[in-house]
Amino acid sequence: MPDARERQRGAGLGAGPKSARRRREDRQIRLLAALATLIGVVALLVLLLDVVADGWRYLTPHFFFNFASRFPERAGIRAPLLGTIWVVGLTGILSFPVSVGAAIYLEEYAPRNWFTTAIRTNIANLAGVPSIVYGILGLALFVRFLGMGRSVLAGALTVSLLTMPMMIMAAQEAIRAVPRDRRLAAFGLGASRWQVVRHQVLPYALPGIVTGAILALSRAVGEAAPLLMIGYLTFIAFAPAGLGDPFTVLPLQIFSWITRGEEFRGLAAAAILVLLLLLLGMNVVAIVLRNRFYKGK
Amino acid sequence: MATVYDIDFGGRLPALEAQEVSVDFGPREVVKDVSMAIPANGVVALVGASGCGKTTLLKCFNRMNDLNPEAEVRGRVLFRGQDVYDPAVDPMEVRRRIGMVFQTPNPFPQSTFENVAFGPKVSRMEGDLFQTVEDALRKAALWDEVSDRLHEPALRLSSGQQQRLCIARALAVGPEVLLMDEPASELDPQATQRVEELIHDLREEFAIVLVTHNLQQAARVSDYTAFLDNGVLVEYGPTEAVFTNPREPSTEAFITGRFA
Amino acid sequence: MTSPYGTEASTDRDRSLIRSGTRQVKERVVGALFAACAGISVLVTGGIIVILLSETLGFFSDVSLLEFFTETRWTPLFREKHFGILPLLTASVQVAAGAAILALPAGLLTAVFLSEYAGPRLRSVLKPVLEVLAGIPTVVYGYFALTFVTPALRAVFPGTEIFNAAAAAIVLGIMVLPTVSSLSEDALRAVPGALREAAYGLGATKAEVTTRVVVPAGLSGVIASFILALSRAFGETMVVTIAAGNSPSLILNPLESIQTMTAYIVQVGLGEASGGTLEYRTLFAVGMTLFTITLAMNWLGLRIRSRIGGGGHARR
Repeated sequence: MPDARERQRGAGLGAGPKSARRRREDRQIRLLAALATLIGVVALLVLLLDVVADGWRYLTPHFFFNFASRFPERAGIRAPLLGTIWVVGLTGILSFPVSVGAAIYLEEYAPRNWFTTAIRTNIANLAGVPSIVYGILGLALFVRFLGMGRSVLAGALTVSLLTMPMMIMAAQEAIRAVPRDRRLAAFGLGASRWQVVRHQVLPYALPGIVTGAILALSRAVGEAAPLLMIGYLTFIAFAPAGLGDPFTVLPLQIFSWITRGEEFRGLAAAAILVLLLLLLGMNVVAIVLRNRFYKGK
Repeated sequence: MATVYDIDFGGRLPALEAQEVSVDFGPREVVKDVSMAIPANGVVALVGASGCGKTTLLKCFNRMNDLNPEAEVRGRVLFRGQDVYDPAVDPMEVRRRIGMVFQTPNPFPQSTFENVAFGPKVSRMEGDLFQTVEDALRKAALWDEVSDRLHEPALRLSSGQQQRLCIARALAVGPEVLLMDEPASELDPQATQRVEELIHDLREEFAIVLVTHNLQQAARVSDYTAFLDNGVLVEYGPTEAVFTNPREPSTEAFITGRFA
Repeated sequence: MTSPYGTEASTDRDRSLIRSGTRQVKERVVGALFAACAGISVLVTGGIIVILLSETLGFFSDVSLLEFFTETRWTPLFREKHFGILPLLTASVQVAAGAAILALPAGLLTAVFLSEYAGPRLRSVLKPVLEVLAGIPTVVYGYFALTFVTPALRAVFPGTEIFNAAAAAIVLGIMVLPTVSSLSEDALRAVPGALREAAYGLGATKAEVTTRVVVPAGLSGVIASFILALSRAFGETMVVTIAAGNSPSLILNPLESIQTMTAYIVQVGLGEASGGTLEYRTLFAVGMTLFTITLAMNWLGLRIRSRIGGGGHARR
């Protein structure tokens, strides 16, 4: 039974000036949104092309095996590459156990009181602290106060502190993903909390934890700011041989070459390519690992 | 209010005794001042409408409510005369001797053997592990069906088999009481029947507390029935008496409402 | 309440339920170990605060708070020393604001596109692209700013200096765009489908549903993403160090060289200022300022996010 309003609406069903404007706005917004998305895509492409164009011709075998040099033709990334492996390796060894331990505590052991909520908030905040502040911490605490000097150990400790919040949060997610009934069944059989964690939670959360750890470490690989504060000496032409040695890492070498002058720009670009490939490799490993283990479940 | 102490268990000590047990979830009172005794052999059915607190009450018996930070449990639960909530008592030991089977079959994603062996392993039980596993599987009427595939993933079993596996898993640690939370509600009629037969066989040896929303099942399988309404124990007595001659009007309303 | 059934202990199964000593100890030790791991995070925060605070207090014993906050020159390393943080602060704000002008609208629109318009296949291509963008190390962005963006700027605006704020701002905008888009997308996708249906049912176009229903509903998450992105741009180091320069100045010309707080920290860190000197302490004073501002922003952003249920991913 059409009432007055319905008749009015019926009159407006066809294409009128108002609806045409609305439809135009609809298209405009869709276009705008698509263009905005394109910004990100185009930016990435331009960046990659720029780097590749500048640096690909420096990617010779010599590049990988040589140490740094005053002469661009002879310079290589052997020192920073090895230094990166040292730092990231140490960081992994230091931060992984502590991060997993913290995540286990927060997800399995911690009671629901204000204190543990504060710890959780604290970790989330630490993840957002600018990396240079960690550099300041590392400089004051490890390099000066504890007297480690500008050494690989100080660098790794600093990067560990930087990486841990991310690792803890990733591990927490993986642990949370283990379904509740598994725990309940195990508890119901008289298992202790540690037994439940060890036998029923960790085995199933481990792939997720490891994947998260690798991703967090891959962030650490690209970090320059804190290590600038810790260990930056302009000319490192050797790889560290012990924990107390000076060192350099790939991002630092890139920084050094960028600021050295025009002749070294190409080298910087080439080193960037190596860095990006390294990151790509780590991410691929992490994703493959995750897929493989999830299929097996 | 009916008091439980009307029930005469033939002079034998009850396996479990709840004394003024209450459970709050924050401001909500889910179980209110329940006192009841579970005989050492036989099946006690806990029935009531959804949300009446029967599962929560069940979880009081083996301290599973400890795992829920929002739950606040008051009162005592005596297991062979000893209060399981006594601070000196080890909750893990409680759960070993008062076993639990859940509504949804939840075998671990491991082999059948590993599932049944888990309890004995964590409890560090002595004796031949393989024999323990076999005995448990036999008692759960599952041995014949799985003896040739003990090391295959348990998740490959049918849901009825999985639930009997969960029962075997609980039996493997040598409990004296079995708490069952709607163990057959997710199974098809045939599997349900097998589980009910199993319960019937087990009642000779164990005290079984069975939460069920299926009144016919309660009538078929249990020796005693307790009716809860909104957290309050309204009536508790021999099954036949409760079903044919309920003393409380709310009991009668519930039973006839469901049966009609 | 005593039991009318009597409480004789059964004689055959008289194993008590009492806790076993060694098992308890082991459990306690394991639990304490894990708690200690979690405690380290508290120590880290404590360490940052203690270290920054102690040196900053030392700094303020030599420099007045008034000078720090109102003086318009920052020349701690020159002979004629001035310790006004304003040039550094405005530089950081300038760069972050510039990044925001690019990243906030573009990021939100990208989120809108991904959440409301793009089909699953398009999304499966676009999202990895954005993740890659988010994962590129900041040094690389610095390189890009110096070697590509600055020359482009100089071609368009011939007066542009080699080190300038604009290049850094543009690149930082690109860098934090994925942050805005992914967090905003979470917020938008968390808006229940029922709301959209209701709006469509009233005859709204897709654009109207999006702009008048979905975005307003997800607004707090969007705002949180803005704040977190701003904080990130504010605290970033490498891009500004490489591309924006080292000359602190209060002039707001984006085509000129400036020095942000982070770039200054790097400058002092690279130098060999000996411990205990005023120059060394400036590092901590600036660091403390930076830390406080970003902490406040992050705390705000995280509070808003947690109030709306922690982002968009459904948890079991």
